[in-house]
Amino acid sequence: MLGPHAGFILGAYAFTALVVGGLILHALRDHRAQARALAALQDGTGERP
Amino acid sequence: MWTRLAHPGHFLRWTQPVMPWLAGLSGLLLAVGLYLTWFVVPPDYQQGETVRIMYIHVPAAWLGVFFYGSMAISALGTLVWRHPLADVAQRAAAPVGAAFTLICLVTGSLWGKPMWGTYWVWDARLTSMLVLFLIYCGIIALWRTIEDPNRAARAIAILTLVGAVNLPIIKFSVNWWSTLHQPASIMRMGGSAIDPSMLYPLLEMILAFTVLGVTLHLAGMRTEILRRRVRTLTIREAERLDSGAAPAQGRSAAPLGRAVPGL
Repeated sequence: MLGPHAGFILGAYAFTALVVGGLILHALRDHRAQARALAALQDGTGERP
Repeated sequence: MWTRLAHPGHFLRWTQPVMPWLAGLSGLLLAVGLYLTWFVVPPDYQQGETVRIMYIHVPAAWLGVFFYGSMAISALGTLVWRHPLADVAQRAAAPVGAAFTLICLVTGSLWGKPMWGTYWVWDARLTSMLVLFLIYCGIIALWRTIEDPNRAARAIAILTLVGAVNLPIIKFSVNWWSTLHQPASIMRMGGSAIDPSMLYPLLEMILAFTVLGVTLHLAGMRTEILRRRVRTLTIREAERLDSGAAPAQGRSAAPLGRAVPGL
């Protein structure tokens, strides 16, 4: 279906999916980690949430 | 109104309900764009099926340049108005811009091999994009080197503005020098050189990537604000322990905004 250069086309899309997926995953995990750390610190100091 | 919206506290509040909508819109636009790219767009009469790489390569290149441009504007916000959100915006944009520039370089290389017969040539467009990626890496590395974000902000803002000289070089490199890379075919005098059957799906993918990039950028800014609050509270707690004060539970603490302006 994609002709003789299928490997290049699929490779380009796979790499893009990998990087974009990594960006999304990192954004979610990082935000969750910072929110958890902030909640823990605010519990300790009596800061407003 | 702008100042109010740009205050870090308000920014966190008004972006919270917007994020799921932006994420949903990104997913929808990407799904439509990928459907058009894979099932509607015809093969190119010269390049055949490899033209499908264009639908990720061009949007990635656009975002690489777009985010650096936004970082340069944020750098001005840091240096001229010293707005804390400008530095937050700049810091959150760097990894997103670097990732899309990397996608542009790799997909371009994978497109170049079957079309040009080589993965890489040191022509002006390719080299200036590589320089953009290296500048992104340098800025990210510098942020990790300087621990205090307020001290890092000014140095990085200056570096960002110096690096912005690369943006017109990227754009006009294909006109100024004889390059293997093709000249501009979307934004050029006399209109686009691309057939509408390929142009509209490409514009749709550019829109989808842009909404995705902006969503990731806003999410990064929200996380960066939280990171700075965590840092401020950690320092405050350490100072308290250092001075031999009683545990902080139940004690009144100074508002965060007083310890770190704007946060």
